[in-house]
Amino acid sequence: MFLIKCPYCGERDQSEFNCGGEAHIVRPKNPPDLTDDQWADYLFMRKNIKGIQFERWNHSNGCRRWFNVTRNTATDEILKIYNMGEQPPIVTGIAPKTPSGETSIGSGNISTSYTKK
Amino acid sequence: MNKKISFTFDGKKYSGFEGDTLASALIRNGVFLVGRSFKYHRPRGMISAGSEEPNAIIQLESGEITEPNVRATEIKIYEGLNATSQNNWPSLNFDLGSVNDLFSRFFPSGFYYKTFMWPPKYWEKYEYLIRQAAGLGRSPTKDDPHQYEHFHYHCDILVVGGGISGLYAAKLLAKANLKVLIIEQHPELGGQCLNTDSFKTHEVLIKELEEQNNKDNFKIIKNSTVFAYMHSNYLLACQKINNAKIRQIIWKIRATKVVLATGSIERFLTFDNNDRPGIMLANSARKYQNHCSAKDIKKIVIFTNNDTAYQTAIDFFYKQEVEVQAVIDVRKNSNGDLAKKAEKLGIKIFFNHAVIDTKGRKKINSVIISELDESLDKAIGRSKKLSCDLLCVSGGWTPTVHLFSQSKGILFYRESDATFIPDKSFQNEISIGACNGTFELDEILKETYSKISGLLTEFGKKIDVKSRINSEKIFYDKLKHLWIVPSNKHFGRTKMFVDFQNDVTAKDIKLALREGYRSIEHIKRYTTTGMATDQGKIGNINALGIISDLSGVPIHKLGTTTFRLPYTPVTFGAMAGRHIKEFFDVERTTPMHQWHVDCGAKFEDVGQWKRAWYYPIENEGILQAVNREVKATREGIGILDASTLGKIDVKGRDASEFLNRVYTNAWSKLDIGKCRYGLMLGDDGMVIDDGVTSRLGENHYVMTTTTGNAASVMSKLEDWLQTEWPELKVYLTSVTEQFATISINGPYAPKLMNKLCPNHDFSKDNFPHMSFQNIGIDDVHCRVMRISFTGEMCYEINVPSSYGKALWEKCFDLGNEYNITPYGTEAMHVLRAEKGFIIVGQETDGSVTPIDLDMSWIVSKKKYDFIGKRALYRSDTIREDRKQLVGILTKDPNEILEEGSQLVEKITPVPMEMVGHVTSSYYSPNLGRSIALALVKEGIKKKGLKIYAPMPNKAIEVEITNPVFIDPSNERLSA
Ligand SMILES: [Zn+2]
Repeated sequence: MFLIKCPYCGERDQSEFNCGGEAHIVRPKNPPDLTDDQWADYLFMRKNIKGIQFERWNHSNGCRRWFNVTRNTATDEILKIYNMGEQPPIVTGIAPKTPSGETSIGSGNISTSYTKK
Repeated sequence: MNKKISFTFDGKKYSGFEGDTLASALIRNGVFLVGRSFKYHRPRGMISAGSEEPNAIIQLESGEITEPNVRATEIKIYEGLNATSQNNWPSLNFDLGSVNDLFSRFFPSGFYYKTFMWPPKYWEKYEYLIRQAAGLGRSPTKDDPHQYEHFHYHCDILVVGGGISGLYAAKLLAKANLKVLIIEQHPELGGQCLNTDSFKTHEVLIKELEEQNNKDNFKIIKNSTVFAYMHSNYLLACQKINNAKIRQIIWKIRATKVVLATGSIERFLTFDNNDRPGIMLANSARKYQNHCSAKDIKKIVIFTNNDTAYQTAIDFFYKQEVEVQAVIDVRKNSNGDLAKKAEKLGIKIFFNHAVIDTKGRKKINSVIISELDESLDKAIGRSKKLSCDLLCVSGGWTPTVHLFSQSKGILFYRESDATFIPDKSFQNEISIGACNGTFELDEILKETYSKISGLLTEFGKKIDVKSRINSEKIFYDKLKHLWIVPSNKHFGRTKMFVDFQNDVTAKDIKLALREGYRSIEHIKRYTTTGMATDQGKIGNINALGIISDLSGVPIHKLGTTTFRLPYTPVTFGAMAGRHIKEFFDVERTTPMHQWHVDCGAKFEDVGQWKRAWYYPIENEGILQAVNREVKATREGIGILDASTLGKIDVKGRDASEFLNRVYTNAWSKLDIGKCRYGLMLGDDGMVIDDGVTSRLGENHYVMTTTTGNAASVMSKLEDWLQTEWPELKVYLTSVTEQFATISINGPYAPKLMNKLCPNHDFSKDNFPHMSFQNIGIDDVHCRVMRISFTGEMCYEINVPSSYGKALWEKCFDLGNEYNITPYGTEAMHVLRAEKGFIIVGQETDGSVTPIDLDMSWIVSKKKYDFIGKRALYRSDTIREDRKQLVGILTKDPNEILEEGSQLVEKITPVPMEMVGHVTSSYYSPNLGRSIALALVKEGIKKKGLKIYAPMPNKAIEVEITNPVFIDPSNERLSA
């Protein structure tokens, strides 16, 4: 249960929000021109990685606004919150490390820096 | 003297004093046997005085308020307390399961896996036997009359632990004008200090803090265990309150900074027969002796590998009635201050010796000691017997790093005293005192002062230098690890317990290693060490040491098992809090709800809504009532409370364009005052919702959704608007609860409308099907739609909620002459099924397209795009053999199919090839026979085909038909 700083309401408990999956997947403007595979790619293929991920979040039990979140899924560290339609930040840094040197499967624990484009 | 309190243990009455824990009160009465072990049913006594206790777990009280697995070391006695021991049958003193102990050679680690897994079909029987044998208390069978609460608390600083480091930290913080919360798991503040004679400063601290409690943003909560440390400094604590209406409180705490001062837990030593009642951790024994005079304790022996246990020897030495027989120390010598003091007092010390065995079945009566060889591997020389009633054991100390570890901090292994201590923090917290591996009092004070000083700087505050306190320094000599104490028996014959509650011995761990287990996590699960309710607070480090010894892998390379929450067990009652019974979930009722209740309606849950299901008259069953309601609707007037349907107000410049995009059909050309049915798809082409939308104005619509999907449709629409089409000017507002919806159906519906509103023209020319009008009924503005979900003439009146019940009742007054009959959701289902109307969620399951439903008429060919369009011609959605919606008629008209029945074309031995399934099935009183809807592979092509619904005892012959059973040409709508 981490905290999320809603750009409209301020810092709130995670339980007030819903995650809407990977961000920056734009619905194609020309669906009839797309092949089945291209359409399936838009429809079904979503990243769910361990590490820095760009996600859509909705303050569903609050102002009901959608916004983007850059989150390290291994640590739940939120690196950036930005508006719908904005470009994602460029993330640099090292891949998430693990707390006690165990293999990288499981929970990881290190903060990663980012710089904006 | 404190107040005398009487209590019952295992049916026998005892008395203790106010302030006693159940454990100390039992010891006061000379009761040491308090339980039986899990696997071998060996007699066990309390070995500690805290939450680490593995043995003294009891069943508290009986009946509805009973609670299993309560640690006797943690529960304060109160007048009339009634506790019973667990895991014994028929009684604690005579336990049949203890024969397991005699056969213990046949219960090695992995025993359950090895013995009970095969053949699989016997598993059910094995499981029963295992559950019978595995008695860790009983859960209550009746409702708990107590209340459980959840409290939220936000603070600047949370101090976990009210021992000396926590107290001192709190004192340094208390005057800094910060919001500070301190939580202590025991009923009193003080921790280990409560046992010391020399250091009295804690009493001053406690007095100061107690005076400040609940003032100036400073709060102390006692009797509460912080059991979880989660993200963003979110911690959970469970407060236990004896004998009160509110029994437990879960505190949900969000702190800017957390100060962990959770102390440490003494370790045991692993020697043969180390589990008899009367064998205790040295510091716990000292705590008990300082607190209460144990009955029948005359002679004690102390067994240690470090200096701290000498304090126990010294304390007991000053006790008149107790004789300290000897201190058995595995080390060659000790220059520690306490050891020197004990020596000076004349206490006999056997250095380089160990306890290699103990005697006494239900209570220890003697120990066997022996000299050790140079490398501490073997017992050498002649062993010696010492009689005793109490054996105090110390294997060193383990910092309580559970919360630190849960916070995802990184641990560091300190070789010198074999401890895991906090290294790098992950969250905004610090560890101080024993939980940080700082054990010596003066060092604890120094560390606390400097760390709190740094913390205050972070908050822009300064520490008060006058508040600095010191203590006399005590020198402790180094401890010596001895993970397995040698025995003069064959190792396979020894019983050296590592995990007391789960009966795991050193031998079991050796066996696991011999069988090839290497990872600490695997060994834990295979031997079950550390998996009982105490989570191995005492035993885990010893298990690690033994594995390290036997495998030759250093401890820091083995790592620890994961510290999981909760730190101590939490009851379901506490977790549920007030979210039980009527508060378990939100219950939504319509404005007419009370009318339905008064009429004796039966209800069904639709999402959070309570909907009238049917209205039985006198002794009617569901079938009779529904038949009557259905017939009345087709012959007179049926009236339905449809207030639960989702209603979304759609307004804005681009409202028509928006509807074009989210529905399959076209909306721009819909005239104002007209209604249209719409089908909503996901972008995968599957039906997600349907409903009628009315155009109220140029840029104003009201959309209706199904009852269950109202919230998710609203969310999805908002999602499209905010994220995909921000250029559209459209505003959505949920108005579901602003309107009550009364649906008036049947051939006499227009007559009733005329009576409700005599000045209005309800003729079909003025108010045709699929149109909308604003009508005043008794000067109340109503939105009336002519739409139909029954196939009958129907008016759906949307009236402001507060008038809903009045208008509903008025309909009955005026409709009496037309046999106006309320119908519930069951009759609604039958009526729509007679007409072949789908219900989203019943005929569809997220894998059904409009084409599958034979509804291609509603899918626009002209629109370039709408949500779901592209997916309607993916290779999968255009497959010929997709399941399609059809009607099903049984050969025997009285046979009603079961919903969900599979359909087959040929009856063959199982497995049969299935071609579809029944989605809806009812008895239709209007047709005088059963009807059903089904999804069948290529069903539309197969109308007229005879297929079967195979049942366990027969195969029901059915025919595939058109799904519209009544009035296929819709004559009733315009009659
Ligand atoms: Zn918000």
